[in-house]
Amino acid sequence: MPELRNFTLNFGPQHPAAHGVLRMVLELDGEVVMRADPHIGLLHRATEKLAENKTWIQSLPYMDRLDYVSMMCNEHAYCMAVEKLLQIEVPLRAQYIRVMFDEITRILNHLLWVGCHGLDVGAMTMVLYAFREREDLVDAYEAVSGARMHAAYYRPGGVYRDLPDSLPQYQESKWKSAAQIKPFNEARSGSLLDFLDDFVSRFPKLLDEYETLLTDNRIWKQRLVNVGIVSPERALQRGFSGPMLRGSGIAWDLRKKQPYEVYDRLDFDIPVGVTGDSYDRYLVRMEEMRQSNRIVKQCIDWLRQNPGPVMSDNHKVAPPDREAMKSNMEELIHHFKLCTEGIHVPEGEAYAAVEHPKGEFGIYLMSDGANKPYRLKIRAPGYVHLSAMDEMVRGHMLADVVTIIGSQDVVFGEIDR
Amino acid sequence: MSAKLEALSHNLQKHLGDRVKSLKIALGEVTIEVDAADYLSVMQTLRDEPELAFEELIDLCGIDYSVYANVPREGKRFAAVSHLLSIARNWRLRVRCFAPEDDFPSLPSVSSVWNSVNWFEREAFDLFGIVFPGHEDLRRILTDYGFVGHPFRKDFPISGYVEMRYDPEQQRVTYQPVTIEPREVTPRIVREATYGDVENA
Repeated sequence: MPELRNFTLNFGPQHPAAHGVLRMVLELDGEVVMRADPHIGLLHRATEKLAENKTWIQSLPYMDRLDYVSMMCNEHAYCMAVEKLLQIEVPLRAQYIRVMFDEITRILNHLLWVGCHGLDVGAMTMVLYAFREREDLVDAYEAVSGARMHAAYYRPGGVYRDLPDSLPQYQESKWKSAAQIKPFNEARSGSLLDFLDDFVSRFPKLLDEYETLLTDNRIWKQRLVNVGIVSPERALQRGFSGPMLRGSGIAWDLRKKQPYEVYDRLDFDIPVGVTGDSYDRYLVRMEEMRQSNRIVKQCIDWLRQNPGPVMSDNHKVAPPDREAMKSNMEELIHHFKLCTEGIHVPEGEAYAAVEHPKGEFGIYLMSDGANKPYRLKIRAPGYVHLSAMDEMVRGHMLADVVTIIGSQDVVFGEIDR
Repeated sequence: MSAKLEALSHNLQKHLGDRVKSLKIALGEVTIEVDAADYLSVMQTLRDEPELAFEELIDLCGIDYSVYANVPREGKRFAAVSHLLSIARNWRLRVRCFAPEDDFPSLPSVSSVWNSVNWFEREAFDLFGIVFPGHEDLRRILTDYGFVGHPFRKDFPISGYVEMRYDPEQQRVTYQPVTIEPREVTPRIVREATYGDVENA
């Protein structure tokens, strides 16, 4: 009898299904995975160390670059932690804007996820549809912040500026005549809220279309059902949160259980899975998009009727407006101090968590009273989920590894930080 | 203070007794401090006691206190801070535990209590050099293969010690000492307690 040995396979770090720079050393017995050892850190930028050397406001744009598919949610957690330490109130309108963009971000994230997960598993069409809708939402990002991805829109004390009244239009060119671009510009002729309103009225139907492609698709179900089952007990033990925890049947959502901003005034439901397999997590995320759509709609209606400030008027935290700064000595001093030295945050520590599209995203801030954080710790949901990889893939076939990576929705910006 | 925080601190005192070295409530969050000797047993109680019911460990991170508030540190230097969450009771807790020795910081591993701590302890070991006896697989996690030092310690320069480049003669990637100078745009300022106090000026 020849001696049989397990085969060791190196997966990644450059692999299209690894969703970034994941390197995994897989120990295989035939085609069955016996052990998986993820090697991470290939994208480590020491964001937390950098933040210790930057003022409070300077490290805000780093937050966008953590989970680079749900940018504003990361900023949200950071701003909430700073605001908690400063103990300042955010104007109500800013809270609604934040909630609205959090939900837009959730749709953005889940659309990218369903597209790429489809690609990994073999449903090639999905990604084309998902990116079509993402385009509208990144346009909304661009309209408020000027950037399609790394917005830096939320600031401690509110949001950078109010929603714009007009959107950029498509221009006539030698390739596109005026008649051709007219339908593109229809939804863009009003304010940003009109544009989003148009989107939320179209989106549920588009979601139905996606579901006809995937939900009852035989191949999709063969690849997902009963793959990567996590029991509720194990999910808690492994520190899961977000759709990964809800997929395992635990109805836990920070937006409901520990409401922040204005989530307690909004009407939405929390989808929960039953078996805790990849297919349940897929269903949970699809339903979350519908619920996010509902929340966005409610925010639009509120924002239309309630104008108001979007930034705290505490000038120790938020800079004064330009006109006041140019005409008033007091404001000029505040502006100068804020832009050179930055905010001074009282000594203390705070942990603020948001229901990020991927799970609980937390920021633990420690201040010693300086104009820079003493320690910033980013609690990334993907980091915890990926640490359960070994447990989830054991006993599955090699091809299921790809499904499980996909269903964890990992992004290396936040895992490696 | 809300009723929930009061109930939590009451339950903590009831079940942990004098194993809690200090209990602080600030900004709506409860923080307890425990001795390294009691650390593991406290964590076990926090998870298993139904009146506390912390089923999930959300986060664990290392902290280097050596230059806190820009003054030389007198107490212990390294601590591990964990954030716990109870799904059943819907409350959170922060547990801080200082490592007894500064030269060789070491704390018992809680990976037997919560499996989710596995990578967090690896991270704290990697970045701060805190070792966790009882951890089954304490390897570096975020830094490069063969990295030397613990980069998140306050005495580790932000630019590091070595940089990597491609050497066309040897036709491979090599390390060399860093060539960039660290540059501080905005100095770090901790204001004295009387700053801006016009009456005493």
